[in-house]
Amino acid sequence: MPDSPSPTQAPEHVRSSRSSDSAPAAKRSNHFTPANPPSPLEAEVLARAQAGDHQAFAQLYALHKRRIYSLCLRMVGNIAEAEDLTQEAFLQLHRKIATFRGDSAFSTWLHRLAINVVLMQLRKKGLSLISLDEAMEPTPEEGPSRSFGAPDLKLVGAIDRLALERAVADLPAGYRLIFILHDVEGFEHNEIASMLDCSIGNSKSQLHKARLKLRDALRAQSRQEERS
Amino acid sequence: MTGDPSKMSCAEFQAQLPELVSSGRDASAHPHVRSCELCRALLADLETIAEAARQLFPSVEPADTVWKNIETALERGDDHADTLDAGVAPNIPGRGGPGA
Repeated sequence: MPDSPSPTQAPEHVRSSRSSDSAPAAKRSNHFTPANPPSPLEAEVLARAQAGDHQAFAQLYALHKRRIYSLCLRMVGNIAEAEDLTQEAFLQLHRKIATFRGDSAFSTWLHRLAINVVLMQLRKKGLSLISLDEAMEPTPEEGPSRSFGAPDLKLVGAIDRLALERAVADLPAGYRLIFILHDVEGFEHNEIASMLDCSIGNSKSQLHKARLKLRDALRAQSRQEERS
Repeated sequence: MTGDPSKMSCAEFQAQLPELVSSGRDASAHPHVRSCELCRALLADLETIAEAARQLFPSVEPADTVWKNIETALERGDDHADTLDAGVAPNIPGRGGPGA
């Protein structure tokens, strides 16, 4: 294997890619557009990696490791396990990268691959399986009435990051996944639908339910803090 | 369901909310929201949550050992093993595997 660059930081021209770990700036402008073609430089790195260039693969790892690892970490809630899953996701990427044809954005394709690794792990553990499947299926009986609330319980001002992290961690796995992909990572509903093999409408509806559950959890936290 | 948006019930409005919010249209301009304090509060909360989610954009990196383990596995050709597909992860260096 040839010497590889340190994957801790990709070259600047690669780091500037919007569909990579450096995407938050684009996300701030209401979601980057991973469905668009990659920059020529990113495409070149990808093409080299597909041709078996180890250095290019290291660059892809450097570009995407943070998002993939964070997704794994939020889904399993354990650093060691998240690192193992990240490792497995990139090993699968190495194995399958030649099959990427650009039908979707590379980032979307890689996330789909990583999600499959995570879901397999969750299913293997027998944890959150029910909640996960529930989130992927429409649940018409769970109507909007649950979201009614007294105005005095309205969330006020900025939400504390830690409080939100806690509430997200407590979400059922399926809702958590859709919330992370859409509201945190910035993927569009059509991309999420493709990643999760569900309809766009289902993605929208489950995201809405995830936000409602977060609202309930954050309000409960506020009430608890008021009492203590 | 009534056809007049201003005469919608809260349940009717909230049933439309996922589509309305994802459409990018200004949901707060909906006639029901303008006349309903509860739904106005709900909408504001959902917007606050979506806004706050941006704080959670990934900022943590995996340990350097993850890449080292990947390299080791690639050198050994372990990426060709369908490890998790087989329900086990025996060839992945790292915690729990023989390469640890």
